[in-house]
Formats: sequence, C-alpha cells, structure tokens
Amino acid sequence: MSAALEKILVFVPDRHVRRLCVAVLFWFVSALVPATAAELRIGLSADVTTLDPHFVAAQPNLTVQMHIFDALVRIDERGRVVPGIVTSWTNPDPLTWELKLRPGVKFHDGSELTPEDIVFSLERPLGIKGSPGGFTTYVRMISAKQIVDRHTLRLKTSAPYGPLLEDLAHVLIVSRRAAQNAAGEDFDSGKAAVGTGPFKLARFARGDRVSLTRNDGYWGGASAWHAVTLRMVPNDPTRTAALLSGELDAIENVPTADLARLKKSQAHRLAQTTSWRTILLHLDQHRTVPPGVTDKSGKPLASNPFKDVRVRQALSKALNRHAIADRVMEGLALPAGNVVSPSVLGHDPDLRPDTYDPEGAKKLLAEAGYPNGFVMTLATPNNRYINDEQVAQACAQMFSRIGITTKVDAMPLAAYLGKARNQEFGVALLGWGSLAADLALRSLVATPTPEKGWGTWNWARYSNPGLDKLVERSLTTVDVKKREPFAREASAYAARDVAFVPLHYQVVTWAMRRSLDYTARTDEFTFAFDFRTAGENRETQTRAEGVAKDPGSAVGDKANRAR
Amino acid sequence: MLLYILRRLAQSSLVLLVMSALVFAGVYAIGNPVDILINPQADQAEIARTTAALGLDKPLPLQYWTFLHNALTGELGRSFASNVPAIDLILQRMPATVELALSAMVLAIVLGIPLGLWAGLRPDSISARTIMAGSILGFSLPTFWVGLMLIMVFSVWLGWLPPTGRGETVNVLGIEMSFLTPDGLRHLLMPALNLALFKLALLIRLTRAGTREAMVQDYVRFARAKGVSERRIVRIHVLKNILIPIVTVIGLEFGSLIAFAIVTETIFAWPGMGKLLIDSINVLDRPVIVAYLLVIVVMFVLINLVVDVLYTALDPRVRIQGARA
Repeated sequence: MSAALEKILVFVPDRHVRRLCVAVLFWFVSALVPATAAELRIGLSADVTTLDPHFVAAQPNLTVQMHIFDALVRIDERGRVVPGIVTSWTNPDPLTWELKLRPGVKFHDGSELTPEDIVFSLERPLGIKGSPGGFTTYVRMISAKQIVDRHTLRLKTSAPYGPLLEDLAHVLIVSRRAAQNAAGEDFDSGKAAVGTGPFKLARFARGDRVSLTRNDGYWGGASAWHAVTLRMVPNDPTRTAALLSGELDAIENVPTADLARLKKSQAHRLAQTTSWRTILLHLDQHRTVPPGVTDKSGKPLASNPFKDVRVRQALSKALNRHAIADRVMEGLALPAGNVVSPSVLGHDPDLRPDTYDPEGAKKLLAEAGYPNGFVMTLATPNNRYINDEQVAQACAQMFSRIGITTKVDAMPLAAYLGKARNQEFGVALLGWGSLAADLALRSLVATPTPEKGWGTWNWARYSNPGLDKLVERSLTTVDVKKREPFAREASAYAARDVAFVPLHYQVVTWAMRRSLDYTARTDEFTFAFDFRTAGENRETQTRAEGVAKDPGSAVGDKANRAR
Repeated sequence: MLLYILRRLAQSSLVLLVMSALVFAGVYAIGNPVDILINPQADQAEIARTTAALGLDKPLPLQYWTFLHNALTGELGRSFASNVPAIDLILQRMPATVELALSAMVLAIVLGIPLGLWAGLRPDSISARTIMAGSILGFSLPTFWVGLMLIMVFSVWLGWLPPTGRGETVNVLGIEMSFLTPDGLRHLLMPALNLALFKLALLIRLTRAGTREAMVQDYVRFARAKGVSERRIVRIHVLKNILIPIVTVIGLEFGSLIAFAIVTETIFAWPGMGKLLIDSINVLDRPVIVAYLLVIVVMFVLINLVVDVLYTALDPRVRIQGARA
C-alpha cells in the first residue's frame, strides 16, 4: 500500500521526502477513519463526579456506575423490581428478607462474588469520610445481616419495611478485596472499580468520557457491544449536533427544541416513555400567613387560604394541564392526577387529572370566602426540570384568570433548594421521581417527623393523620401484592384531599441512529447494555401504558400519533 | 529585580486572602450544598449528620478559619461532590484548558499580527478593508453562536471535524496533551478557533493602529531616507516598536482566555477547568470553587510578572527597579 503510494508520488524528487509525504497522508487518513463496529458511543447530559458508587447518590453517577457494578436487584423499564444478583426472595416473617444469590457471579478480576462482599457493600456507605451521603438512606432500615450459606443471605429490619428492595436497587455491590481501603481516587483510576457488571472500566477522563470494555463473563450474557464510550455533553444543542454529525450513536435527554427535527430525520430514531418524574405544586398549609400570599391590596389575609380544601381544589381546576403539556412542554408531558406516573407501583388509574374548569374554580373560591381571589407568589427552579420556569409562568397566568394574581419567582436550583427547605415559599414547584407511591408520599406529604425520616420534602408542612396511617400501612406491608393496593389507596387519599397540586409527568426521550433501538426507561436511566441493533423499519418507540389508560390525554394521543 | 518580585508576591497574597474570603462568604450565602447533593429520600437526621460531617454546621468565620489554617499547610480541601482533593481536580483539568487557550492564542498571534500589519501598511487596499470588516465580525459575534455555527457547518453538514470533546491524548512529562495526536488535533481545531476569534480581531486592530502610527514617525522616515529596504523597516523599526502594547494585551488576554474559556468549553464539551467551575457552582462545591479562583489569581499574577519581564527584553529603556513597582 505504502509502496504503491510512493509510486504515485513519483513526481516528488527526493525519496525521503516521498516517504514523509506517505507517512503524513497515512496520519491524516487514520484520523478520518470512523469508529469500529460493535462500539457504542452515547452522549450523556450530566457529568459523573466520581466512580465510587457509595459516595453520593446522584443519578448521573449511578448511570455510569451501573455499567460496572450490579445491585442486588434490578429495576425494569417500567420501574418495577426484578431479579438481579438476587434471583428470588421470601419473607419468613415481616421482619426478615431471605435473599437467594445467583451462583457463579464473578467480579471483573475473576474472583467469585461472596455474601461477604454483599455485607461489606451494604455497610460501606455508612463509613465513607466526607461523603455528602445519600446511600445511608437505603441501608438504614437494615438492623442485622446474616449469612446463612454461600448462596443465602438474610436481612433483618427493626420494623416491617415493604420498599426494602426498591431501596437496595440503588446500592451497588463492590468487591471487598478491591474496595476495602480504597479512596475516591482508587475508584476513578479503576483500581477499586471492580464490579460484577456487564462492562469493565477502561478509562475515566473526568468531564469528558468514560470508556468501557465488555465483560465477557457477565452472568446475564455478554453485551453485544465490545466497547462503549459514555461521553459527557451537558450542552443541549451540542449533544444534538454530535448525534447528527455521527460522532455519537445515541443521546439521552433530547432537548425539546430539537425534537421535531429528529422526529423528521430519516437517519434517526426516537425512544420515548412517561418518566417517573411528577411535577407538582406544594401549597403551604401550616402557617397562618404563608410567604408571598396577601389580599389584593397587599395586606396579609386573615387566615391561610390553602388550609381550605375548596381553595386547593379551585387551584387544581384552574389549570389547563393539556395546554401546558401540549404547548409549554411541546408534548413532553402527560397531565397528572397521581403522585407517581402510570407504570409505577401505587399509581391509581382511576384518578384522572382534574379537568380544566375555570368557572367551577371561581365558584369554589367564592364559597371559600375569596370571591375576588388573592395574591400569591409561585417559586420555581429555572434549571432543573424540562421548561420549569415556563411551566410556572403558564400556571401563574391560569391562576390569575380565576382571580388569584400570581407572580413567579424563579431561581437556579442551587439557591432554590435551601430556601425551600427553610420554608421561605408559600407556593413552590417540585419534581419528584419515585419507584413507589408510598415512598413518594412519605417524603412529600407525610407529617414531618424527624425521628422517622418522614416528610423531608413536605415543604407545605401538610399534615393529615388519615393519610399518615395509610402511608404507614403500605410501607409496612412486605408482600408486594398486598402493598400495591394499599399504596394506591394512599395515593387516592392524597389526591382527593389535594395535599399538593399535581401538574404533569414528564416524558423522557432518547434519540439514536436508525440502526439502533432502545427500550425507553421510566426511571430515565441510560444503559448501554439496553441498546440493540434494530431493523430498518422506522418508528418512534412510545411505550404507552398509562397513556392508553388515560384516553382523555392529549399527549397520549400525540404520542400515539407519533407511532 | 528580586525586591520587585518579592513585593509583587506580597501584594498577590493580600489579593488571594481578600478574594478567598469573598468567595467563601458568597458561596455560603447561596445555600447549603448538602441540600443539593444529598439523596432526596434522606431523613432529617442524615441531613444533619452529613452537614456536620462536612463542617458546614459551624459558624462562617470558624469555617473560614479552618479553611485558612488548612490552606497554609497546602490542603485546599476535598471536593464535596467528587471525593478527591479539590486542587487535584483542578490540576487534572488544567492541561486541557491551557492547551486550548495556548492554541487559541497561537492562532490569534499567527494570524492576527500579519493581517494587522498588512492592513496597517496598505490601509486603503481592498484586502485591508476586508480584513478590517472581518475583524468587526470577530468582535461582535457572540462566542456561543459562532461555536454552534462552526459545529453546524463543519461537523453536521460537512462532517469534517468532530463536534465535541477532547481527542486522544499522549502523556508528555506526566501531562496529558492532545495536540500531538491527529485525533487530538481534529478535536482541538474548532474550539481553538472559536476561542481565538475575539482575540484575533483584537490583535488585528491593535497591530493595524500601531503600524499606522509608527509608519509616519520620524525614525521610519529617516530610515527610509537612508535607503533601508522596506522589509527591514517593517521588521526592525515598525514591528519591534509596536510590540510593547501588543505583548501587554496578549499577556492580559491570555489570562482571561484561561479563566473564561467557559463558554467555548461548554459548547464543545471540552473537559477543561471552566466546565469544572460551572459544574461546581451548580452543586455549591465550595472547596473546588475557592481553589479554582485561587489558582486563577495566581496565574494572573504570574502572567503579569512575565509580561513585565518581557518589556525589558523588548525595550531596553524599561528597567525594572525595586523602587518602582
């Protein structure tokens, strides 16, 4: 090849110069050759901060870590617990979980996974210095761990606790030998990043990419991809451009602005589903004078209007959720009537989103003693959820139409969360993703009780013993078949009392080359091992359960039309 | 000279102290990083425990005192979000940013000074007018827009260059450098050009103005009368004299290139320090924010020092003395 090239370059007088020309040519050509086959390059929208899987519980970190490590159980694309390293589980009594371990699971270094590794991994989160925490939450319910034999592990809880497996699905199992004395740097360098997952860590270039190679001995079968590169591309237009140019094979979190273009593109495919994230409004139901709430002349009201269920109902009826989903969210939302989205445990399909009824809302306001409405301020983050500030603006206009003059106070999440936790807002927007309705209700609307860890995100300080009892009953039921109706009942109770105002469930979108396909996940995770090569038939993958159950939903219709 | 440098260093330490206090208080005022970093399902006890473990429950002056104490022993703290020392995070990302900024500066100098010289020597020619019109564009088009357009044209339409990220790197003396590999060069070209554009326009204008001014000076006219060749006049008499303001600007601008490459880094997903700063601000990762700004201040001080020393090389009349400063 190079000899042939040298002949072509016969016009170049000197032999050495000729050789140099050939070398330079090769250098250029090698740079232009595209990536090899069976390699997958995915663009992620958020940066991974560390590969230590027990340091901070953040979804972007878990996304990368879950390629390298396994949790005891997995979450399927609908958000339900399915077997993983643990193949089956039983409850000999409500306080005990007996887990059967899959035999022959091997770490990347060839050693076999033992129950000791699991016990170590469940204890490790409690002892990491300087960790902003997070994983303690998932393991704190476990009061004792007992290794029965090589393939059986018993976990005890101090009180019956139903969502234990949902919690454990986030705690990744590390090799005790590799991680015992490891610092954060050791995970990032790969020394301690020894897991049982479908991929091995090849290189972590912080802020740029994580390179992975296939684990041929994976217990679930080797992945179709020999090599995977997870690229960090937080900038929205750049992520789309990288897909369009062929630099990336797939991207997550397709920006709303680029959706129409990618939908039309013959070279690409979209995968969409309803996300587990519910966007809702918290209404302060504790103080007599909530911040930002006044009468029309700016004087404080005699009592807190949100304590009256008719006012809460009026606010919910004032919202045209379909308009928000269709216009503001450009189809990337499904009107919500529940605390959790359709496929999640405890979603009650009979609970419809409140229908848009401004006249009815005005009537309810008048009955509650506010015929002329009042003034309030709606606080919202402006860099967290899809079009969050615009959604809040739309809500404010709809509230103003029934006489409740609403101002929007938008700020970055970094400033927002602290203020919200200090209860500086009367009305505040929040997005919540959860694997179960009882878990969501426990954080969002259960009476704040520090000893029990309830109501951490109950910014409204809503308190209702009736609801607390239902949530408690659901959480303490270990049999998931019994727990689900209980969770549903709690969900319905909260909705009937308008404990908060649900707005919509977000719709999450992946875009990829037409030759690929992805099973869209409700929990928004992007996993390389879930990508597969597809036939040429082009269709937008829209899993529409819940969409089908919600025939009145405009987005459901839209999603179906996209098929 | 030594006294001068010592004095400079003393002034700089004062700047560092004041700045660290300001940043510290500023980040404290925004909010508690634990609120952002902690698992949403965490209970109140865990939030309190974590806040205490990170030392964030103590009063601000005490926190600052602890920080100062540690900083004096060379310990700038561990990142809240990344579980590695903050300074390591920054030094890890620094080569990428410095490489990008240097490439941009080289591009700006290599293109800017000759173009500016050309435009200054033939101010009325069509080519000079074109150059000047182009420099106006370089000044006025926003970086993020130009960056996106570059990606659109060269990556999406033409498919010549990769749109994002840093290419393959090679290890040179322990530093990861990407401009030595073909893949790295291809990745570097667009972001460097994007970052260089503004500086390029600036250098063109500066060189042109200097050239036009110098060309009518007595010493140039005298040289010309002496029969010195035009090339020699431009090279020795004009260029050397207009270089002083240009070097000053290059020095200052290089600092700002490094410190504020953020927009370019964000658009091209370039894993540099600027992106690290933005990410850290988003999660209120205070050790990283403070360490980053300290590093930047030190860098500015050093660059200015180098510029001052360069003056003496360019203009023998300039003498650095202890008394001046």
